Formats: sequence, structure tokens, C-alpha cells
Amino acid sequence: MASVPGTRFSEDEKRRDADHISFLKHRRFRWLWVALLLSVVSILGYALIDQEPRPNGGSWYGYTLGTIGLLLIVWLSLLGIRKRRMSEGSWSLKAWTSAHVYLGLSLIVVGTLHTGFQIGWNVHTLAYALMMIVILSGIWGVYAYAALPRELSANRGTMTGGDMLDRIAEIDKKLESAAQPLDRACCDLVLDVLRQDVFHGSALSRLTNSYPGCATRKALAGISASGSDAEARVHELLTSRAEQLAQMRRYLRIRAMLEVWLFIHIPATIALLAALLAHVISVFYYW
Amino acid sequence: MSDVFKVAIIGSGPAGMSAAGQAAKRGMSHILLEKTDHLSDTIFKYQKGKHVMATPSDLALRGGGYEEGVLAGMEFEEGTRERILGIWNKHCRIVDPSIPEPEHEVQDFEINTRLNAEVVGVEGQKGAFQIKLKDGDTIQAEAIILAIGTQGNPNLLRCPGADHPMITPQLDDPEDHVDKNVIVVGTGDAGIENALGLATDPALGNTVTILNRGTDFAKAKTKNATDLTSADEEGYLRIAYRTSPAEVRDGEMVVETETGQEVIPADMIITRIGSQPPRKFIESMGIEFTSEDRSAFPKLSPEFETTKEGVFVIGALAGYPLIKHCMNQGYDVIEYLATGEAVKPADEPLLEKVFENLPGNRSVDYWLELYRTQVDLFGGLSTLQMRELMLDSICSAFAPGEAIFRRDEPGSSLFAVAQGSVAVEVNPNDPSITVPIEQGSIFGEVGLVSGRRRGATVRAAEDVVVVELSRKAALKLIGSSPEAAEAVKRISIERQMLQLFGSGLTREDVQPLVDSAVTEEITAGKPVVTEGDTEDKDVFIVRFGSMRVEKGEGGHATFLGLIPAGNLFGEMGVIDGQPRMSTVRAAVKSEVIRIPGEAFLDLLAKKPQLRERARQIMDERRRSNEEIESQKSREDGTVDSFSGLAAFLFDEGMGEATDALLIDERLCIGCDNCEKACADSHEGLSRLDRETGKTFAYLHVPISCRHCEHPHCMTDCPPNAIQRGADGEVNINKDTCIGCGNCKSYCPYGVISMEPAPPEKPSFMSWLMFGTGPGPGEASYSWRKEHGDPNKAKKAVKCDMCAGIDGGPACVRACPTGAAIRVSPDKFLTLAKMTEDVEN
Ligand SMILES: Cc1cc2nc3c(=O)[nH]c(=O)nc-3n(C[C@H](O)[C@H](O)[C@H](O)COP(=O)(O)OP(=O)(O)OC[C@H]3O[C@@H](n4cnc5c(N)ncnc54)[C@H](O)[C@@H]3O)c2cc1C
Ligand code: HEM
Ligand code: SF4
Ligand code: SF4
Repeated sequence: MASVPGTRFSEDEKRRDADHISFLKHRRFRWLWVALLLSVVSILGYALIDQEPRPNGGSWYGYTLGTIGLLLIVWLSLLGIRKRRMSEGSWSLKAWTSAHVYLGLSLIVVGTLHTGFQIGWNVHTLAYALMMIVILSGIWGVYAYAALPRELSANRGTMTGGDMLDRIAEIDKKLESAAQPLDRACCDLVLDVLRQDVFHGSALSRLTNSYPGCATRKALAGISASGSDAEARVHELLTSRAEQLAQMRRYLRIRAMLEVWLFIHIPATIALLAALLAHVISVFYYW
Repeated sequence: MSDVFKVAIIGSGPAGMSAAGQAAKRGMSHILLEKTDHLSDTIFKYQKGKHVMATPSDLALRGGGYEEGVLAGMEFEEGTRERILGIWNKHCRIVDPSIPEPEHEVQDFEINTRLNAEVVGVEGQKGAFQIKLKDGDTIQAEAIILAIGTQGNPNLLRCPGADHPMITPQLDDPEDHVDKNVIVVGTGDAGIENALGLATDPALGNTVTILNRGTDFAKAKTKNATDLTSADEEGYLRIAYRTSPAEVRDGEMVVETETGQEVIPADMIITRIGSQPPRKFIESMGIEFTSEDRSAFPKLSPEFETTKEGVFVIGALAGYPLIKHCMNQGYDVIEYLATGEAVKPADEPLLEKVFENLPGNRSVDYWLELYRTQVDLFGGLSTLQMRELMLDSICSAFAPGEAIFRRDEPGSSLFAVAQGSVAVEVNPNDPSITVPIEQGSIFGEVGLVSGRRRGATVRAAEDVVVVELSRKAALKLIGSSPEAAEAVKRISIERQMLQLFGSGLTREDVQPLVDSAVTEEITAGKPVVTEGDTEDKDVFIVRFGSMRVEKGEGGHATFLGLIPAGNLFGEMGVIDGQPRMSTVRAAVKSEVIRIPGEAFLDLLAKKPQLRERARQIMDERRRSNEEIESQKSREDGTVDSFSGLAAFLFDEGMGEATDALLIDERLCIGCDNCEKACADSHEGLSRLDRETGKTFAYLHVPISCRHCEHPHCMTDCPPNAIQRGADGEVNINKDTCIGCGNCKSYCPYGVISMEPAPPEKPSFMSWLMFGTGPGPGEASYSWRKEHGDPNKAKKAVKCDMCAGIDGGPACVRACPTGAAIRVSPDKFLTLAKMTEDVEN
């Protein structure tokens, strides 16, 4: 079909025809194959090339692997910028992530061979260790990306995070008036509920979904469902508040789980880049 | 009052105001009659602080110019609603505490204004009209200028007490009403929005009841209906079902319910039950309209005189919805009345521009006349109509061989040949096969009707002069002239058949089919062909809209496929004479061409090639149906979930979409990178709301434009700012948008928002290095407010499919996992695509 000059038509058609596929399967695992090839070639080279006096980072083959590894790491780190900088061009973040994951994994081979299995308490091994930490956290990340989205979707249904907050705020308004006839002690329980920040809880609470100081739960325990009409009404409202809160907390937990590994991945990347710099300088300095 | 005014001006909108101002300036005896207790009701009802735009910017405002430092004519320039009304109040010596007085000096025209003067009837002839007011007064005038706009009169309740003062057809600001008992009558969008506005802010303390005559909310958008029912469930307001007003009394309303009468206390009753367009009132004066169509306007002379001599119609009622046009017309008519000579119309320079690319340096009048006499479709038009039509059009000349448009280009405009002829390349594989279109005829009508891409390339066969009518102008023409409508319909049916049946056929071949064809409008969900039917032996072509093919009953129907506009269906039953194998129903509001089976069979008998093609289509369809059914017998639920998903996507507007964003929830990690990329590609505002929207199984349809084939948003855009762009996107021109919000209320998917352009953010690098500014993505509302210019006008904002951005839609490119996809329904609604194993 002839394309129309001066428009994006053929490009758009390609997009509309494109496979609808996850980053791991992108282009029939193109980057997996590239990474495997890189790994296999590296291993073969390591086994076949006679490195004098012994395999290590200082031989010419070691330098080659080191350079490849360094370039890879720098490129992998650039994902942080690519992700946030939306510019023109036919790139897709999905393709980048796909390549990132597989090439990142191939560093296990490239990096390890580069060390020539010489491990010690020095800046070189520090860089290696940091790299492995980054990679391991990356694997955790991929696991999270693969496993958690369904849970996130099932939990939220048609509600957005904002809807959940709105719903709680609505319940709170009703609680406030429903609690008027209650006795002092019960009123205080409800007041505690209303005063408590909906986001109450530590980072750990959020990840483990356990909130020992939850005022809603305390109030539920303290106000009887079989008491006066007013108490029963408040109990009912508290029950729906607790349910709504639980949904929101599951939402927060899953979203936190999808991000928490980055709190290792990114700082460790920065540390790794610093360590690499030290590693490279020291190598050249002592050369 | 016994004076006879030279002119009575009815309606004080921009059109009437400007006429009155010019009459006053000339010292012509006049009276300005206004129904409401304020000037310019349409503008008065704009949102407070609304920034009023003065477009088109290249149109000069008549009667301007300064005398001794004071603007001599009627003032109007871009500014807030308050500023404009303030100036006009001063022109008319009206004091309204809600509108601040302008600070600068304003010309006092001594306009003779009478507020609260609704005109209910006009009698008499030119030179001696009697104008009847609602309060019983009669006013005498020699001539009348009707400038009453298109708002019309709100419908009244049909029960005793319908004129009770606590009844209002309008709610300006919900926050003005505190601690009231309010009854809202009418469950369309306007009624629901008013009810929610009054009820959901508990600080207002209102008790709101909304009356619903039935049990559903068919007239409202789904979002409004669900918001309303949940507000009812949560106790913010009460919906009284199967309830209608019986009587309005002081402080209460009696209503009729299923179980008898009930009394509801009321301090205010809002009636949102539609309005009567002013047409009847105008016709009662003896003024004719151009056609029966609802969108038709009164017949007018070049001087805006109606078929009733001495009565002139200007402004929105004459078909010109922009304030500047309205004002110029007011000036022109007064000048005409005063001097007896027509003023050179103010749009002359604009028209000169329209014709500037045509050869020979001819005058505007020459071209207008040439187009009018040469193009068959324009035969019945008046000069005024021609001018209006051409304003929104593009006139161009092409050299032989030059392409006018190409196959697969998006385009919904209509072309007409004024000089020369063009050739249509009907066969995509062989450009040498062409069909001619002669001088006077039209082309491009298939795109206009179906909303789909161009089906063929059209080139100039010799030197040609053509006109391209914008979709809006073409629809207006069709709406106002029944002959034009009929002609376009006939031609489009013929061409659609020629296109569909491919090359080798001539106009004569399809003539019997065209003659026997009828078009039928099909509402969404209605079947055209029913499974098992043995009676019906017709074939159909989808004229616009789309069809869904299904097998089986109701909720368990198996979805077999989508038939987009321009395609044939129903051929199987006709060719092999079997009962219908599946049900074909409209996926959205559609139109089909029904062709009697015998006529179709006759044609097949004569044309073996065509017979072959029809067989091919049939076999392909049969194969795909069989595949789906064989999968179904495997009973792993794939086909059922596919059918369910298809049904869901149709509900979400996929039947009329051309390119829509979907999110695969199996892959979405909720990072909102799509939204951030959208904002950063578009001056800082995201046009999509990822999390909101519906989900079914694994597919989520976010709030984002679907780029409809026939965009609802285009329905009533005064400056015609919404267009389909070069890449098929439905795009709002932010320079010409006047921020009226019409598109927002017409879009059924709630994807348009009204926002001022946000302030510029510090660069990405300075954010990365020094943390300046809000970072990537849409800045928070508070940041925008703090750093933005409070005087920026709110304009319509929606997805433009990243028009002009190399690489295509940023939302999809920015998704790290592949969850965000943009699809077109005819490619996506297939078993293979929708059951693709996307995961790891
Ligand atoms: C929300 C919104 C925003 C808009 N923003 C802009 C903008 O920024 N720029 C722009 O150029 N255009 C804008 N428009 C379009 C523009 O406001 C209208 O097209 C324009 O006001 C039409 O002017 P008019 O004089 O023909 O009629 P109107 O302004 O409608 O005035 C008609 C007047 O006649 C009175 N009347 C009606 N019937 C009778 C009767 N029987 N007897 C006596 N009086 C009667 C009415 O009360 C009214 O005051 C906007 C429209 C809307 C709805
Ligand atoms: C030394 C090697 C690596 C480096 C330096 C590195 C660095 C980075 C950086 C800088 C980011 C951007 C984070 C952000 O800004 O949000 C990132 C993201 C990510 N990394 Fe790595 N990474 C490495 C290896 C890996 C490996 C081996 C995997 C997987 C097996 C992996 C998986 C990911 C994933 C899934 C993301 C998130 C992508 C997104 O959400 O856009 N990384 N990495
Ligand atoms: S804005 Fe709404 S009506 Fe207009 S094209 Fe987009 S989805 Fe359709
Ligand atoms: S784009 Fe929308 S808001 Fe802007 S002028 Fe057109 S209809 Fe009104």
C-alpha cells in the first residue's frame, strides 16, 4: 500500500498492526538472544584464549571484557534518564527495558569473567559486589513487574486510588454525625479514627500490610455492634471504613512492592558508578 | 407608547447590541428589546470570569476607530465576561451590581433599551410593524432586526403553578444556594450536574430531590448517571423514580408517584427539561427557513433581510455564532437601513484570502459567481449563503497530474469541481485505471459520509479549480438544502458501490442497484440481519458507523467480527439462498444501504469478475467464522472471554473509534509514565487519565480520546476549531478555540477538559541536576496556579495523537512494560489479536 507522503501514516499503521506483547517477549526475545550470544562468546573466549600470565582484568582479553562491561553499565544507567525524558524519535521504552534486562543479566557473565575470579577486599571487588547487588535487585524487579500487576488490577476494580480516599472521606463525614449521640468513651474512639491520617503507618507497615496502631480497628473493637441504635450505626460505618481502608492499604502495598526494589537498584547503581570510577582510576594509576 | 421607531431591535446579544449602538450613533430612532433583566443573556450566562475570545483575529470589527481618544463604535475585544458586559451596560446606561463598571472612559451612546421586554408576536408589514410584548404592551416600528440567538425558550412544566417564581430553568453557581430545599426536574446531563453541584458539598446544606419520570437515565452520559445513583445511595440526595410534577405551590411541590400523590417541600425548583428552539416563533412572523432540517437557518438576502420584507435576521440565528461576526452584521444592517445601500461585507478581506491562490487575479464576486453557477450542488444557494460557505472552505487550483488527495489519507471534507475535471485512481495496484469526475460534480463524499480514510487517489486530469468544503460547512450545506442532501446521497451510494466492487464496473453497471437502494439509519445495538431469518434476502453496505457480527443468543452470543464502514454484508444468504447464519447489529449509530438481493444477483450474473470477488469475501468470512467456532468447541473459555471483551469494548465506544488507547492490566505497573510522557509532549498537561475508566477481564480503557470516525465533539464548535489532522487525529486548534466548552459536553467519553495553558517548567536537566521545578510529568495544580498567569483563558484540551511528533504517540512509547497499546478496532477486534499470549 502506497504511503501518503508527509504523514506518519505508514508508521502509525505499523504501530496499529504491532504485536501486543510484554517487554520480556519483545520482538521474539531479540535482546535475550543478543545477551546469550554475548555471554557465550565471552565464555568461549575465556576458555580458548591463552591469557598471560593468568586470566585477570589486566590481560588484553580482560581489558576487552572490562570495556564491554563498563560501556554496558553506563548504558544501563542511562535508562534512568531515558525513562524521564520524553523526546521525539522512534524509540520505545519497552524496547529499552527489554534490552536493559537481558543485557544487564549478561553482565553476570561478562563481569565475572572480567575479574578472572580474583576476589579480595579492595575497590575492584567492591565494584563487582555492587554490580551484583544491582543485578539481583533488577531480577527482583522483573519478578515484581511480572507478578504484581494482576493483583493491583484485581484489587482496585474500577476504583482509582483517589476514589478510595474520597470514599473514606465520605464515610468519615457520616461517622462524624453518627457519633454525636455516643457516650464519651466511644466518641473518643471515633475521634481517634477521624484524627488519624489515612496514610498512617511506617514504610514497613505499608510493605507488610500490618498496621498495629490502626485506630479504626481499635474503635471497631471498642464499639459494640449490638449496643444502642447509634452504636450499631457507628459500628456499621466503621466496618465499611475498615474495608475501604483495607482495599486502599492493599493498593498502597502493591504499588510500594512495585517500587521498593528501585530503592536498592538506583542507589546501588550510583554507588556502582562511583566505585567503577575509582576502579578505573586505580587501575590506570598503578599500571 | 405611540411613537413609531425607525427600527426595533429584538435581542441584546452582541448582534443586537451592535445594531442598537450603530443606530444610536447615527441618531436613528430605535428601541432595543431584551427578554431578560440584563443585556446579552448568552454572554451573561457564561461562567463567571470567562475569558471571551475575539476570533477570527483577521476579521476587522466594524465601526471601530477612535474619536478624541474614545472608541467611537461599539467596543468589543478579548477580555473577561465582566469587562465586556460592563462596557455594554455603560453603553446602555444600565447599572448592574454584579458586573463591575469599567475603569476606562466608555462612549455613552444613549441606546434606548428596554429590559424585561420579551417579544411574543409581530404583526403588520414593512413600515408599520406592531411588536407585541409579553406584558401586553405593543411597540411600533418601521423595520425589525431579529437578533434573538439560538437559545430559544426553556420548556415549562406542564402542571398548575408552572409560572411560580421559585422555578428557574438555570443554575448559575451552586455555591450561591445554601440550606435550601431544591427540586430538580429533568434527568439529562444538565439536571444531573445541577443536582450533584447543589447536593454533594455538605457545606451548602441543601436538601436535593431529583425527579425521574422513569427508572433509567437514558438521556445522560453514563458517568453522570452513575455519579447520581451513587450520590443517592450515599444519601447526599434523593432520586424520586417514576415521579412527575403535579402542582407547584408556595414552598412545596406536589408530585405524582406510583403510589399516589406526595408533597415535597421546595425553596427552589430547577427545570432542566430542554428548550424550544426559536424556529416556530420566527416562522409565525412569516419568515421562511432554507429547509425542514433542524439545523437550517432562515432564508436571507445579502443584506440579511428575510422573506418577510422589513425583517432582518442577524447573529447566531443567521448562522454566525462568533461574536465579531454578530457585531459586524448589526452594523451592516443599520447602515443599509440608513443609506439604502449595501455595505461591502466585513468578510470581504477574508474571502479575498480564500480565493487568493486561484489563477487570474479575479475579484471575490467573480469567483463566488463562478462557483455558484458551475457547481451543481451550489445552484440553489443565495449569495449570502455562498459567502458563508466559502469562508470555511479552501479554494485551490491544480495542474494536470497533481494529486488532490491520496488513498488512505484521512479526510472528511467534500470537494467540488468548478472548472476542469479530475481522475480517480480506482485500482490501488494500477494507477493508470481511472474514472473521470466532470466539472460541476463533487468528490470526497465517501470520506465525509463514512468518516474513514480516502479510498482512492484523485488527481487533476487537466487544469482544475476546486473547492474543499470543511466537514462543518459541508454538513451545514446538506442540512440547509434538501436538494443538496439528495444529490450527495445519490452520488455517495453510487461511488461507494463502485469502490466496493472494484474496477471493471461502470456507473451504468451499478445504476439499477443505485436506483433500488434505500438508506436506513440504525440505532446502536439494533440488528439489521437476524440469525436464522429466511425472509430477508437483501445485501447491505455500511454507509457510516460499523456492524458487529454475532452468533447465538443475548449474553452468550459469540462475537465473530466487526464490519467497518464502506463494506458489504448479507451477501452469504443471498448468494447461497440459505437462512442467515449470524446476526449483524449496529455497533454504534450507523447507516446502511439496503440493496435488494435480486438486483445484486443480476449484477453478479453479468459480471463474472465480481462474482469471483464476492465468493472470495464470502469464503474468507466463512473461514474466520469457522475458526472461531471450532475454538469455541474446545471449551477452554477463550472464545467466550473474547466475545465478552468485544462486547465491553463496544460499550466503551470502540465501534466508532479509529485509534484508541488501551491498557493491558496484566502488564501495567501503575507507574503513570504514559501520563507523564503525554504531559511532557504537550506543554505540560496530560490528556489522558490512566487510572480512571472501566476495566473488563484484562483490558482497561482509560479516559482518553478515541478519535471517533464521526467525532461528537465537532457537533457545535462555534469557531470550527476541531479538525481531523493529517495523521487521522481529531485535533483542537488551541489558537482558535474560544473555550466555550461545547465539545466537552458533547463528547460521550468525557475526555476533554478545559484548562489554561500551564506555565513553562524549568528544563529537565536543571531538574535532574539541581531539583528545580516540579520534574517530569504534569505539574501539580498548586504549582501551576502559583507560577501561572491567572489571566490565561481556559481552552479545550484533549489528545491529538501526538500530531507532529516524530515517533508517534508518546504514551505508548513511554510504557516500560508494553501495557499501553493504541489500537484501531478493525485490526484489534479479532480473535488472534485479542487472545494473543502477551506474557512471559
Ligand atoms: C459558553 C459559551 C462561550 C462562548 N464563548 C465565545 C467566545 O469566547 N467568543 C465568541 O466569539 N463567541 C463565543 N460564544 C458564542 C457566542 O456567545 C454566541 O454565538 C453569541 O452570543 C450569539 O450572539 P447573538 O447576538 O446572535 O445571540 P445571543 O447572544 O444569544 O443573544 C440573544 C438575546 O436575545 C434575547 N431574546 C431571545 N428571545 C427574545 C425575545 N423573544 N424577545 C426579546 N429578547 C429575546 C436573549 O435573552 C438574548 O439576550 C460562546 C458561546 C457559549 C455558549
Ligand atoms: C549493572 C547493571 C544495571 C544497572 C547499572 C542498572 C541501572 C538501572 C537504572 C539506572 C534504572 C532506572 C531506574 C529508574 O530511574 O527508575 C534501571 C531500571 C530497571 N532495571 Fe536495571 N540496571 C542494571 C541491571 C539490571 C538487570 C540485570 C535487570 C533485570 C534482570 C534490571 C531490571 C531493571 C528494571 C525492570 C528497571 C525498571 C524499568 C522501568 O520501570 O522503566 N536492571 N536500572
Ligand atoms: S473528544 Fe470524544 S467525541 Fe471527540 S473524537 Fe475524542 S472521544 Fe470522540
Ligand atoms: S474546541 Fe470546544 S471549547 Fe473550543 S471553541 Fe470549539 S467547542 Fe468550544
